[in-house]
Amino acid sequence: MTGMPQPFGLLAEVTHQCPLHCVYCSNPVELYERSSELGTDDWLRAIRQAAELGVLQVHFSGGEPLVRGDLETLVAECRGLGLYTNLITSGLGLTESRAESLVSAGLNSAQLSIQGDTAESTNLVAASKRFDKKEAAARIIRDAGLPLNMNVVLHRVNLDRLDAIIDVCVEWGAERLELANTQYYGWALRNREQLLPSKTQLDEAVGVYERRKAELEGRMELLWILPDYYEPYPKPCMGGWAQTALTVAPDGRVYPCPVAEEITTMEFPSVRDHDLEWIWADSPAFQAYRGTDWMPDPCRSCSRKELDFGGCRCQAFALTGDAGRTDPVCIHSPDHHLVQDALDRANDGANGADGDADGEKLVYRRPTVSARRS
Amino acid sequence: MDESELAAVPKLAGKAMLRHDNVRDVELLLLPERVVLLNKSGAAILGLCDGNRTVQQVVEQLERDFEATDLVNDVMTFLKDARGRGWVVVT
Ligand code: SF4
Ligand code: SF4
Repeated sequence: MTGMPQPFGLLAEVTHQCPLHCVYCSNPVELYERSSELGTDDWLRAIRQAAELGVLQVHFSGGEPLVRGDLETLVAECRGLGLYTNLITSGLGLTESRAESLVSAGLNSAQLSIQGDTAESTNLVAASKRFDKKEAAARIIRDAGLPLNMNVVLHRVNLDRLDAIIDVCVEWGAERLELANTQYYGWALRNREQLLPSKTQLDEAVGVYERRKAELEGRMELLWILPDYYEPYPKPCMGGWAQTALTVAPDGRVYPCPVAEEITTMEFPSVRDHDLEWIWADSPAFQAYRGTDWMPDPCRSCSRKELDFGGCRCQAFALTGDAGRTDPVCIHSPDHHLVQDALDRANDGANGADGDADGEKLVYRRPTVSARRS
Repeated sequence: MDESELAAVPKLAGKAMLRHDNVRDVELLLLPERVVLLNKSGAAILGLCDGNRTVQQVVEQLERDFEATDLVNDVMTFLKDARGRGWVVVT
């Protein structure tokens, strides 16, 4: 097994249940029912196997992970194995006593997401009226002694509010704020026309980011996750396919990255049927795009192939229907027009002024379709 | 060397976790969003930042453990950097 990479991180998507309905949710468009979720014992086994594989950090996410009553048990198992744990939460459902019991179980940190700087924007983007709950959650996290990391997904509707969004995070005492420009998969791809910003809007936001980053130096760390549609080359997604991390979905299927659930032409193995070690090292799905041997041209003969690994397989699949093609974001991709056309539309004045979103056109994440996989 | 700096009490930040990685056989510092690979001396210094020892005592302990002398400058430099990165808080 020489040369086989060892994963550092496990994203444990413990449930797809969520009180919010974000228009850019990265969960698959078809959500799993609660009845198909892994039980506590299955999760404990998966966590132990992940630790043996070399995993060091476990990020509990979903959906909303707080929905699961056994979260403390899972966190405690991680702590016992020396794994670092992080809770990725919308903040809804986080009470003082819940935070306390998670910290006693050994929780190391928490990341709270917001959708905007006001209750109105939360309602427009996540179809939820509970902005007040988020402020309370921020306080609860800090009072519990956890470092508060915050995350906001940026898009056409909220980019103009960046300054105010940063203010909210400073006020709530965040140590670190991730400004994540929307990635167009799943729900976000469905809503792309409404979410993709114009170049002018984006450039202004970059200016705000740079100014605030300098200003907040030493107080709050600001991170800018690039909007890849506006980049000439794709992002080196997770350091390449199946190199540094793995995701276990609520039903036990394992993916090299959370959005790979979207690649419906591939068969992903489950922790119900296989050891994580076999899944990571030997399963056809994990081997499929590992390294550079699978690459077609233009990547095969490109000098950047060890830098970006041909981009994101999920994006290639989402846009072209073939996960093995060059990421269409790349200017060398034969499919680049798929991205360019969307950009042209976003920069065409006829699409309405920046920052306007037509609430009626947004498609909210709703579990209306039953699970596809049998 | 400033007396007050030697009397300061460094403590590993609450969000940070120090551990030996058996799979890779290395010393690591785990943080919310990153994993830092430490060298042997870095791991030894951070391991002594327990919120009880002063910088002076950390230095003395290291000099005993490594059978070395004159570690004070190295320790101070490392701790200054570690503090700037938010790995260590000083009281
Ligand atoms: S993106 Fe929104 S809807 Fe999706 S899991 Fe996160 S909070 Fe829930
Ligand atoms: S051709 Fe492939 S390897 Fe080269 S920059 Fe584009 S995506 Fe990356």
